[in-house]
This record gives sequence, structure tokens and C-alpha cells, in this order.
Amino acid sequence: MTRERLLDVDELDVSFVTEGGLVHAVDRVSFHLARGEVLAIVGESGSGKSVSVMTLLGLTRAPNARFGGRAFLRRPGGDVDLVGAKDSVLRRIRGNEIAMIFQDPMTSLNPVHRVGDQIVEQILAHEDVLEAEARERAIGLLDRVGVPRARDRIGSYPHEFSGGMRQRVMIAMALSCDPDVLIADEPTTALDVTIQAQILERVRELKEGRNAGVILVTHDLGVVAELADRIAVMYSGRIVETGTLDQVFYDPQHPYTWGLLGSITRLDLPRPERLPAISGAPPSLASRPQGCHFRPRCPHEFEKCPEDPPLEARVDARSEHCDRCWLSPDEKRRKRQVTPNQIGLEAKGAVA
Amino acid sequence: MATRDASDFDFEGAAAFEEQAQRERVAGLGPWRVALRRLRRNRVALAFLVIFILLVAAALAAPIWENVAGRGPLANNLSGKVTLDGEEANVVSLDGIPIGPTWQSEYLMGADSNGRDIMVRLLYGGRSSLLIGLSAALLTTLLSIALGTLAGFFRGVVDAMIRFTLDVIWAFPVILLGVALGTALSLGGLQVGPVEISGDSKLIPILIIGFVYIPYMARPIRGQVLSMREKEFVEAARAQGMGPLRTIVSEILPNLSSTIVVFFPIMVANAILLEAALSFLGAGVRPPEPSWGNMIDSGVDRIVTAPHQAIVPGVMLVLTVLSLNVFGDGVRDAFDPRAKVRVDH
Amino acid sequence: MARFIVRRLIQMVLVMFSVSVLTFLIFNVIPNGDPAVRMAGKQPTETQIQAIREEWGFDEPLHVQYLTTMEKVFTGDLVSYTTQLDVVDQIVQGIPRTLSLAVGAAILWMLFAVALGLYSAMKAGRFADRFLTVLALIGISMPVFWLGALMNYYLGFKAGIFPNGGYVELTEDPIDWAYHLVMPWVALSVLFIGIYSRVLRSNVLDTMNEDYVRTARAKGLSERRILVRHVLRNSLIPIVTLWGLDFGLVVGGGAILTETVFDLEGVGQFAADAIGQLDVPPVLAITMFVAFFVVLLNAIVDILYAVLDPRVRLQ
Repeated sequence: MTRERLLDVDELDVSFVTEGGLVHAVDRVSFHLARGEVLAIVGESGSGKSVSVMTLLGLTRAPNARFGGRAFLRRPGGDVDLVGAKDSVLRRIRGNEIAMIFQDPMTSLNPVHRVGDQIVEQILAHEDVLEAEARERAIGLLDRVGVPRARDRIGSYPHEFSGGMRQRVMIAMALSCDPDVLIADEPTTALDVTIQAQILERVRELKEGRNAGVILVTHDLGVVAELADRIAVMYSGRIVETGTLDQVFYDPQHPYTWGLLGSITRLDLPRPERLPAISGAPPSLASRPQGCHFRPRCPHEFEKCPEDPPLEARVDARSEHCDRCWLSPDEKRRKRQVTPNQIGLEAKGAVA
Repeated sequence: MATRDASDFDFEGAAAFEEQAQRERVAGLGPWRVALRRLRRNRVALAFLVIFILLVAAALAAPIWENVAGRGPLANNLSGKVTLDGEEANVVSLDGIPIGPTWQSEYLMGADSNGRDIMVRLLYGGRSSLLIGLSAALLTTLLSIALGTLAGFFRGVVDAMIRFTLDVIWAFPVILLGVALGTALSLGGLQVGPVEISGDSKLIPILIIGFVYIPYMARPIRGQVLSMREKEFVEAARAQGMGPLRTIVSEILPNLSSTIVVFFPIMVANAILLEAALSFLGAGVRPPEPSWGNMIDSGVDRIVTAPHQAIVPGVMLVLTVLSLNVFGDGVRDAFDPRAKVRVDH
Repeated sequence: MARFIVRRLIQMVLVMFSVSVLTFLIFNVIPNGDPAVRMAGKQPTETQIQAIREEWGFDEPLHVQYLTTMEKVFTGDLVSYTTQLDVVDQIVQGIPRTLSLAVGAAILWMLFAVALGLYSAMKAGRFADRFLTVLALIGISMPVFWLGALMNYYLGFKAGIFPNGGYVELTEDPIDWAYHLVMPWVALSVLFIGIYSRVLRSNVLDTMNEDYVRTARAKGLSERRILVRHVLRNSLIPIVTLWGLDFGLVVGGGAILTETVFDLEGVGQFAADAIGQLDVPPVLAITMFVAFFVVLLNAIVDILYAVLDPRVRLQ
């Protein structure tokens, strides 16, 4: 089944000029998104995942920002390159065709305006309706995301809601103009585990009910496992592995992905004495190693690594499963095969 | 998939911490050194600091200038004469108009209506103004630290009482309180137990100005202490069994020091301005003893005939206060963690 | 909300009471010497002194003195010893002048401060911003009485562009009234424009970095709407409350200096003259009056803050 393409991001590149030098936050990142699917972009802080998606909406534009590459929003009215688009064009797309929800609902809502007003404001910015109608829609939206007594609560202020409720308000707001693409930047990180599940339900409904495309940015693999159809793993500004959920989870190719997956405890395996972790730290954003960025922390480094590994489908040339590691798929599987207490990433030179 | 939620075991925290630690290792500096470095790069602020120091030095050198000019600050000279370009001129003309700046050693900045040398008075007045300004600011700072810290740390009744006191002081507009106290005290002086302070003593304006500005500084300090109290290092100290006094001294005060350093130049500037205002109104330093404020006062009365009497001390005052404000601004910038593009208030 | 207001009002009364006690202490108890002599002003006669002593009850115990003093203040039974005029009358006469000065200056400084502060913030780091910062710093460093005196001399007396001081009633001639007040308004505003434009600049820069501004942009709102409804609306909250407080200070103190220099004969000048004459009853009355005004304004400002920022209402 080929789904209709919504987004095509091609070699997106974002750098910032700072006091400490040029920070290359996003390094030629490419991905795509189709209707009805959830793409999870996974990585730790500093990997460039947030900057990538925020750039799609032009939220990283600043005097010291430098952009490269293109990000096409595909639509019947005519494709738009989001990277180079004029502000006036972008303004009409934001909140309308592409909507975004952010990590911290406490600070993401304006504390001095009522919740209803903030939703209505968005609707009125994009659609020519009467305020009364917009209000009714806002009430309906709050109701649908599970805010009880929506008609009363619409006049409340953000601080009168709990964290989970606030995030639902954000979701309601994001959905208010029926966007084709929803970008969720760490939507559950600031919330309790129990609330997380509820929020994720909403996101799932979005994908299934409205046939929209969802980009889910997170560092939480549990969330990914619940919702994602495809995954892109980012490390140090680059995508190091991408593929369907099954491909990446069951046949991870890149050593960094092994680390991510290996650090999850599994109920079906004996408990490890110590949780494995990847030694070392990601490289500073301003100065990276030559070639593969993961080299300093990878125990399987060999002569080819100083050469920049391209993102290629090495397992099966026809599949979507791509990665940036020079090792052959066989070598990878061998090195990856370890006892439950090891992850194939023991510290370089260390004894197990 | 039978996996447990990985969010507790991801490396979000570890990675971020490592990156921060690495950066710090590279920089190797604590916040004070960073601030000092930034301040050193701010040439404008440093230039004005130098100007301020020069002004202080000039005021301290008042007796030297007195020798050069040939007369003291209180020496009337209504019938005297001075040589200008080879010609003799009246220091104070027959209509009572004093001579303007001569740009010579005698009457460099001209004379006032009593024939006194303005430059000499200016320097001696500077001594008064600077002494009062600095001392008052110091007094305010010490009391503000004490009150703000006690209120913020102990909260409850102590806090309520201190806050109430600050409210009452704040209710009196600064000038009116200063004027009221100045008038009341300058007449009969002040009796603090066995100690008697005469009405003419400079200690009175120092006490008044120092007292009046307490809420201005104590409130921000209280706010800071309140938020610091909730932070982990205070909890840690308490868990270690540290008593409140030790906690305050070793944990809280050092963290307040940057706030205090930032506030201090501005307090001095405000104190100098208030002293000038009080003296202008007659409730500060009283004539014939010079202060920039009372010099401007008598100058303004005679501004129509001889404006230099008002202009000269005013310019000195503005220059002094401006240099403190610019330097103070630079200090604030240096301590501001977001100080890349912005000049903060 | 109502409970909040009631609490503030009670606090107001308590503070006023303390202020009255403090005033009483300042004038009668703390200073050395005979209060009757002090009250009598310059060159009193012995009979005057004795009369004062009886009238104010200086032979009585302290709390009786306090009550007598307060009674006189509140019933308006105060006479200036130098001019022999009724103090309350003079205060009432001076109020419209002082308010004309204060209100006009306050509006002027608010408008300019917001405009300049906003402009500075939008051009942060560039030349225009630095230039305005320098101007603001100079403004803060100018003593208002000196600036006023110079303006009066150069623009009023010498150039004749503006009248040389004095006050015209609003009811008599509105245009002349404003004409006479332009220089005092400017002199008084300069300091506050300096302070407020920088505070606003700082607030705006902080607010622009807030997450909710990012959300507003992500919603597709126009830049203008973001600026007004999100950035300004939030940045102005602390400013508005500061403004209320300073307005009280202006009426109380700043006005004294400006009125004296421009000869406006408002409450401030009245106080200054009385002080010069060491004439205690007017100073006593004015201190109480101004303190009351300031305390009232403080309470209004707190309530205003709660109206503008709903998070405060919880406290």
C-alpha cells in the first residue's frame, strides 16, 4: 500500500553561529512522512532532533542561523519548500497544515490568557468563522481529547489544569484546524508515566482517525514501540539508522542503535547486574570527529571509519532499512550477538 | 513487546551532564572568573570606572587644590580682586554678580555670590557627597543583607514582621522620609543611648539615606533567599546537620554575593543623588559647608545672573552618578548568564 | 478575589497606623531638644512656645501626645506657625497642581518608556539599542531639580519658548495650563523614562524567549498579534505595577523638587517651603497625607497585579 506523501525532507542542514564557534546542529538529514503513519525520530539531547523538526515550521529562524537543503510539504495546491519559504507563506501553514505540540505544557501555554481564548485565537487566525462558532469548536475539541466538563473549563487559565490536562489542551489546540501533519516534540517527557499512556492514546487516535501523519520526536523507546511505524535514529546531528519499527528493533544495524536498545531491561530475560550503558559522551556540537561521529565510543571501529559513511540500505538494497555503518550486515549480526548481560558495546579495552 | 519503559535508563541526563562537565573542564572557570573576564572586555564600563576613580581622587585631593587656589571652601571674599589677562577684575561685581570660570588656578570654576572659590568648594563638596553616598550605600547593603536573609530563610513570623517593616518604610516616599528625618534630626541632633550626634554631623544624612533605601535592596535579596532555600544544596546542608547560622553563612551568603556586587554601584549612585536632593532642599548638608546639592540650590536661586554657579556642581554630580551607573550596568552584564546580545536592567 | 481585596485593605490600615506612629516618633520623640521649640519654627517667642506646649500636650505622657497629634492631623486643626494659615486648606489648594504634574508626567513617561523600550528590544544589540541605552543611563543620572532648573533657565527665561515657571488653572485656560506644564512634565519624566524603558526592554527580551511565544508562532498567528497579545501583554505586567508604585513616589517626593524649581505651588512646594522655615505642622500633615496616598496606591497596584496576572490570585 503506497500512502500519499506529505513531507519530503532532503539533506536538511542547520548551523548556528555562536560565541563558541559554528554549531552544526543538523547535518544533511533526510526523511519523509506519509499519511496515516507515525515516524519516530529518536536520539538523545543534542542529537539535533528537535532542531530538525522545528526548522520545518521555521521556528529556528534567527539572525545567526544558516540553512541548507530542502523540506517539501506536498499538497494538492502546490508543494512548498519549508526551508526557504517566506514568512507569510509559513504563517499560513503553521497551525493549519502542520501543527506542533511541545515538551513542557506548563510553559507552552500563555499563563495570562484563558485556555479557550488560546484555542479560538488559532482557529480565527486561519479560518473565516464567527467567534461563537470557533468557541463551540474549541469546546468540542477539549471534549474529544478527554478534558472533562469542557464547556466550563474553557474559561479556565492554564495554571488551573494539571500537567496531563494541559498537554491535552495543547493537543486540542494543535488539532483545531485539522492539520495534515502533527509534530510532537517529546510530548510525554514532562509527564507522569501513567499520564503518558493517555496522551499517547490521543496521538494514536489522531493517526488512525484522521489519517494525518505524525512525527514523534522522543528519546523514549517504550513510546516508540507503542506507536511508531517507522523510526529514524539520530546521533550527533545525523540520521544513523532508519527503517520500519520491526526492522530497526529486531535487526538493528548501527552500533548506536544497539546501545539504545540494549539499555532497555527486558522482562523476558534475566535481570542484568548492572545496566549497560554506552561509555563516553556524544561529541560537542562544535567539533566532531572525522568520518563517522560515533567512532570515539564504538568498540568495533576499523580502518574504514574515518571515511564518512553514507546512509545506505546495506541489508537489502530494495528495503527502506538504511544505516551509516561501514560494517557488513553479517559482521554486524555477529558483533551484535551477545549474552543478555552484554550489548556488544563493552567499553573499548575494558574487561567484561 | 515485553520491554519495560526505557525512559529511566536512557542517557538523556548522563549525556547532558557529561557535556556540561566537559565544557566546564575546558573553561576551567567558576562564575566569578567568567564575570570578571567579561567585565574586563567591556571597555566602556571600565572607562567609566576610571572616571569615577579619578573623581574620587580629585575629591580626596581637595586640600591640595586649596593650596593651589589660595583659599579655603568657606573663605568669603566679597571685596577681593583677581587678575585676568593682566587686568584686575572684581571677584564679585558691584551688583553682586560673581565672576565666571577663569580657567586659572584661582577661581578655576568661578566664584559664588559670597566670593568663595567654586572649584575648591566643588572638591570639598565632593568629599561630603561621596562620603555620605558610599557610607549610606554600605549601611543599606549590610542591613538589607541581614533583613533580607533573615526574612527569606526563616519565613513565617520573622518574615511577616520584616516584610511589614519594609512596607512601612516603603510607604514613605524616599524624599519625604529623608526630608522629614533630616529636618527633625538636624535641629537637635540624635541621641542614641549615651551617644549624642550633633545636628550638623554627616552621620545623620548617612543614617537617613542608608535607612530609607533598605526596602529597595532587601526585597530582591529576600526573594533570592526564598528561592535558594528550596534548592538542593540547602537541603543537603540541613541533612548534614548544619545549624541555620552556619547554613546561612556558608551556603546562602556566597550565592548572594553576585546580587550584592551588582546592586552596590547603583545603590551608591542613588545615595549620592538623594543626598544632593536633600541638600538642595535644605535637609542634608547645611550651608556654609559645601555639598553639590546645596551648591546647586544656591546656584539655582541666582541662575539668571550667574548660571555657572548651578551648572558646574550639576555637571560634576551628573558625571559622578553617570560613571557609577555605566559601570554598574557593565557589572550587571558581566554577571548575566544570558549576556550575549542584551544589556539588562 | 474579594478575600484578596479585603486582606489588602486590612494590611493598608495596619501600615497606615504604623506610618502615623513613625511620623509621630520622627517629629516629636526621636530628635533632641524641646518639641515645642522645634514646632515654633524660627525665632519663636516664649509665649508662643508655651502655647504650643499646651496645645499639643507635650507635658503629657507619650501615648496621650500621640493621640493629640493624630487628632489634630485628622480633624485638620493645624496651623502653620510661620504663615498662620490653615494647613489643610493649603494642602487642598495644592492638590490639583501636584496631581496635574504627576498625572501628566506619568502618562508621558509611560508612553515614551514603552515605545523606546520596545524599539530597543526589537533592535537588541544593534546601534539604535546601544544609543538608547546610553540616553537612558544619562537620564537616570540627571538630578531632576538640576535638569528642571536648567530647562527653566535656558528654554524658559532665555529662549522664551516656554513660560518661566508658574501655574495656570486647568479651568481657567486648558492650553495655557498645559503650556506651563510641558517643561515640568519633561523634567520629571526623564528619569523614569530612563528606568522604565530599560526594564521593559529587559522584560520583552525575556518574554520573547518564552515557550508560549514559540507556541504562538507555531500556531500561525501574525507577528503583530504575537507581539501585542503575547509579548507585550506579559511584559507589561510588572511594568504596570511598578508604574503605580512610582506614581505614588512622584506625588510624594519627586514632585517636591520639580514644583520648587518651577514654582508650581503644589503640595510638594508647600512641604519644601515649610521645611525651609522649620515649620513642623505642615510637614507633619503632608507626610501623613502622602504616606496615605502611597499606601493606597500600593494596595491598588497589588489588586491590579492580581487582575492582570491570574496566577497571583491563588495567593
